[in-house]
Amino acid sequence: MSVPAVEIHDMTVAYQRRPVLWDIDLQVPEGKLVGIVGPNGAGKTTLIKAALGLTPLASGKVEIYGKPYNEQRHLVGYVPQRESVDWDFPVSVRDVVLMGTYGKLGWFRRPGKSERETADRCLEQVGMLPLAKRQIRQLSGGQQQRVFLARALAEDAQVYFLDEPFAGVDAATESAIVELMQTLRSDGKTVFVVHHDLQTVRDYFDHVILLNMRLIACGPVETTFTNDNLQKTYGGRLTILDEAAEAMRQGDSIR
Amino acid sequence: MSTLLMASELWHADGLWIIAIGALTNTACALVGCFLVLRRMSMMGDALSHSVLAGLAVAFAMTQSYSIVPLFIGAIAAGLLTTFLTQTLHQYARVPSDASMGVVFTSMFALGVIIIKKFVTGVHFDIACVYEGALGLTPFFTREIAGREIPLAVLTIAPVLLLNIGVLSLLWKEWKVSSFDPALATTMGFSATLLHYVLMALVALTTVASFEAVGSILVVAMLIVPAATAHQLSDRLAPMVIVAAAVAVLSSFLGYVIAEYRNTNYAAMMTVVAGALYALAVVFSPRHGLLTTLWKNIQLSLRVVKEDLLAMLYRVEELEAAQPLTPAAAREALGGGWLPLVAAKMLQRRGRIRLENNAVQLTKKGRTAARKLVRSHRLWETYLVEYLGLPLDHIHEPAHRVEHFIDERIRGKLEEELDASAGDPHGREIPE
Repeated sequence: MSVPAVEIHDMTVAYQRRPVLWDIDLQVPEGKLVGIVGPNGAGKTTLIKAALGLTPLASGKVEIYGKPYNEQRHLVGYVPQRESVDWDFPVSVRDVVLMGTYGKLGWFRRPGKSERETADRCLEQVGMLPLAKRQIRQLSGGQQQRVFLARALAEDAQVYFLDEPFAGVDAATESAIVELMQTLRSDGKTVFVVHHDLQTVRDYFDHVILLNMRLIACGPVETTFTNDNLQKTYGGRLTILDEAAEAMRQGDSIR
Repeated sequence: MSTLLMASELWHADGLWIIAIGALTNTACALVGCFLVLRRMSMMGDALSHSVLAGLAVAFAMTQSYSIVPLFIGAIAAGLLTTFLTQTLHQYARVPSDASMGVVFTSMFALGVIIIKKFVTGVHFDIACVYEGALGLTPFFTREIAGREIPLAVLTIAPVLLLNIGVLSLLWKEWKVSSFDPALATTMGFSATLLHYVLMALVALTTVASFEAVGSILVVAMLIVPAATAHQLSDRLAPMVIVAAAVAVLSSFLGYVIAEYRNTNYAAMMTVVAGALYALAVVFSPRHGLLTTLWKNIQLSLRVVKEDLLAMLYRVEELEAAQPLTPAAAREALGGGWLPLVAAKMLQRRGRIRLENNAVQLTKKGRTAARKLVRSHRLWETYLVEYLGLPLDHIHEPAHRVEHFIDERIRGKLEEELDASAGDPHGREIPE
């Protein structure tokens, strides 16, 4: 079997010592669209942030194509939640997409003609080229999300992590995003998507990660996205897990 | 003003130096200030400008001299320490970020005062001077460079300004992305934390270099006000930085002129001018100014009233035993006030309505426009009943609000979804 695109090994993530993700262990092969599904507070965003090195790991490791994330940074693209940035920031749509090329440029080098062409090509791909000169405040929610996707395309990564790209977008944008994910898959990229709408999981994804503070299941949609597993994911929190987490936060031993 | 500006006593060499020193200092502050404002950390400028005193005091105490290099090092160290303590308190002791900032900078400021009183001999610590600075005196302390007398303040602040410009150009894209989206910047390998510390070090350095000349009021103001003004006026980062620098220079110039005439403190007057420029920007900014917003709101209200009048006339025509609508009744029905009057005048001038025998009537053009509105209104009512299941007595008000915003495209979609020939839910005809 070839090297998995992403391997998370025995990863625990804690805020203030309180674990929010317990012992996550999973492998995802290359070229899959992966839905990350679970109730509110299940740790979906935390899983992404930990995989990207934005949140420190309490234990375990994350490997991208068999090497630690730090060495493989350039292979990874990220689309944060839309509300995480200030849309009043004085930049144009093209500026934002151009930011996607910064990682490959590295420190101090300025984007040039070829980067601008990349940015325009990516804007074209999401149908936003006509709005390239707009200030980002003037965009609708769906348009903002497309700009973020264009920026991710400009990163030219192998593995993408998208945090709730479907939140608050119009139907046209939703189908544009789905189409884009399929294009990425056919180029051999792996895409992780935090997703809320259980109805569409089967249509959109090949793989699914079911999460609720711990990993419920990870695998192909047909075999993993079962009623039984959904029951486990959404059927209430595990009270003992909660209590243990709280005890760790307070620094007591678990009795 | 022009005769005032030509007055010769204004333009002596010392005056020009004062403007130049003010402009250099203010620009140095404004450049780093842009990124403070964009990162929503405006108060960090205030905090750093106080807490650097601890660093200065330690540097004084250790060297017992005024030499500039140890002072700069002390200031940068204090700036970084403030940043570190503020973040650590916030992150690990879970103190809210504004409180942790407040605790750290006041403590460090007080510590600075104690160290100066205790360990530094022969320093006259004048609190008024800390606030106001001594811009008026700066031209008198000079050093000869290449045969010319240059004020020491210029020799201090000019290198810092150049450094700020240098770092800004070098780290332009890094600061841009890390200010807009710190998480993305970090995943790309541009550590947002590292970039934050570099910015804070520069702010601390700029603060200290500016202090002696212009005092803390002007420093804190210039870190924020020109940048905030520029944010109002520009939609791109580079223009914002340039506008901020221009506001900084303009405040120095106007501040000096007014202070001369009013015979008052230069630095304070420059601050007041900057504040006034900000107020002007808030009111008159072409895109986001209060005036623009007000104008847009009036335009919208006017359009709504015009459309309501047209639709009302159309409905009157529909009634079989139609009572003609008098101007007074129409005005009353549209809520009174001056808006209906203006709206009616505009419609009359464009040939949409006419006045006949004290009755308001639609022209042919007006009727076409009105028909579209009523069609939108009734289509929307139908949509509300069929798709949202609203009862009949709940649909007029929402449709009345929405009808003004239904354009050709949305109307087309409604027409596709609904059967317009069947009439609206009240049983009235949906006009073609």
